[in-house]
Amino acid sequence: MKFIIQKPQLVSPVLVIGVGTEYRRDDRIGLVVARNIKSLQLPNVTVVEELGEGVALMAAWAQAENVIIIDAVSSGAVSGTIFRIDANAEQIPSKFFHYSTHEFGVAEAGGLARVLHATPTRLILYGIEGADFGWGTEISPEVEKVSEEVISFLLDDISSFSLNETNEL
Amino acid sequence: MKNKTLKVDYLARVEGEGALLVKIKDKTVTEVKFRIFEPPRFFEAFLRGRDYSEAPDITARICGICPVAYQMSSVHAMENAFGIKVDGQLRALRRLLYCGEWIESHVLHVYMLHAPDFLGYEDVIRMAKDHGDAVKRALKLKKVGNDIVNIVGGREIHPINVRVGGFYKLPTKQELQVLVERLQWAIDASIETVKLMGTLPFPDFEREYEYVALRHDHEYPFNEGRLVSNKGLDIAIQDYENNFVEEHVEHSNALHSVMKQRGAYFVGPLARYNLNFDRLTPIAQQAAREAGLGSTCNNPFKSIIVRSVETVYACEEALRIIQEYEKPDQPAVKIEQRPGVGYGCTEAPRGILYHRYRIGENGVILDAKIVPPTSQNQKTIEEDLRQFVPPRIDLSQEQLTWQCEQAIRNYDPCISCATHFLKLDIQRE
Repeated sequence: MKFIIQKPQLVSPVLVIGVGTEYRRDDRIGLVVARNIKSLQLPNVTVVEELGEGVALMAAWAQAENVIIIDAVSSGAVSGTIFRIDANAEQIPSKFFHYSTHEFGVAEAGGLARVLHATPTRLILYGIEGADFGWGTEISPEVEKVSEEVISFLLDDISSFSLNETNEL
Repeated sequence: MKNKTLKVDYLARVEGEGALLVKIKDKTVTEVKFRIFEPPRFFEAFLRGRDYSEAPDITARICGICPVAYQMSSVHAMENAFGIKVDGQLRALRRLLYCGEWIESHVLHVYMLHAPDFLGYEDVIRMAKDHGDAVKRALKLKKVGNDIVNIVGGREIHPINVRVGGFYKLPTKQELQVLVERLQWAIDASIETVKLMGTLPFPDFEREYEYVALRHDHEYPFNEGRLVSNKGLDIAIQDYENNFVEEHVEHSNALHSVMKQRGAYFVGPLARYNLNFDRLTPIAQQAAREAGLGSTCNNPFKSIIVRSVETVYACEEALRIIQEYEKPDQPAVKIEQRPGVGYGCTEAPRGILYHRYRIGENGVILDAKIVPPTSQNQKTIEEDLRQFVPPRIDLSQEQLTWQCEQAIRNYDPCISCATHFLKLDIQRE
């Protein structure tokens, strides 16, 4: 994959969490997007990878103000559909991120954090509809081809966090 | 004639994907099928032709909740094949890593997955609205487990620091010391957990099980011991396949493991507790008694208390190991590989996990056999439901389905492990 990307100039600390399973084909897409963000070496952007276990996710974002999570989803939508959810403004759909084998996953962590008032100031979730979650490392073409678009959306979010910070100042 | 079918297509709050089908005809349960849907995982086949040293990292990928168990069973099997014994502080560090995994796994299941069943909440998110402090305690407690695995294992999930013979890199005494204060808190928090779980309303349900667990000379079992049961089994690990056999059943992708000539058996926290109560620490024993448990327990629903007791033990054991830790000179013992067969069996959070490898020339794995705890409990889960449902047959569909799911979760089934993945149905015809 090749990315031609305009790096944001002003960046407040952002934590990007790529969620996925290395050997379950389209479930890798969250990791792939996160690794591409990491390769850009953006200032004040930390990139980590998680398997999607809810408590580990909550611990990962515990000290962070701006968090973006990317994960594969299996909602029945057309493969490659990109979902963007502002977890502080809207409910994360139940079963949305459940392809993971962990029943306390991304959606539950987001929901529980809201109840416990433990969400970061900004928590954005990107879901990419997968097609094939079988064993292997090859990502479906319809999923892979939207990854650049997701990265572009992520960079817009990172820039907007910075602008918001600046405005608040 | 009144026919009824309880059908739960997707079991919630179990690891992986599973399904339950219970058919009821004229107030009689005619069929119970606990099905596992995920396609067979072929890990045993993946392992053939790989180097012996890759087994801990490959098998750890079978499960995100109990990777340490897979690593431990595989390294013990390899060391058994090569005639190597890992002892002293390296062995202690392995126990510490296992403590971390038990804390992580047990706290997740007790608070996040099973307690909502008993308290009448659909999930932990709704439970947290009324029990916020308890859920916050759970998150903090689980994090202690995560951090142990992180420090000793290299990362929280799918640790990467385990190798045949020991570790790749050893933690310093100072790196472990940061856990001391938190573990002291965790012991108190886990005792509070036992107290809380002891107050839950438990269904009146007991059966006569054959419990199977490891038994060690002087330790509550993690990595080593003989395989024993309450009905006379007392064997070395290498005799496992002479006493247990895996059977394919049409309705499940996971093999059902049974004892030869004896049938279903029970592995996991309740089995360990019943066979090793005397190996628990005095504080863990006291916590169990104060929660109303004796030295044995035959109500599988009380597994939630036992998991909490084992969490007390794991926190205490972790603290002891850290306080006694002195960093060894070498991170691993020297390996001299040789052809042969090696056997390993360790206590995963859900029960015994058996590995057997045949190693050829140059350390290549010729074949592998892995029997995870959930496949060993599947038959017992079905038999529980056959007896649990009839006295509750007049409950509403919704109530009966709820209680059946709760009964399955007594075993904290890890379906992703069991298939070498799983879904649930209950039907009244």
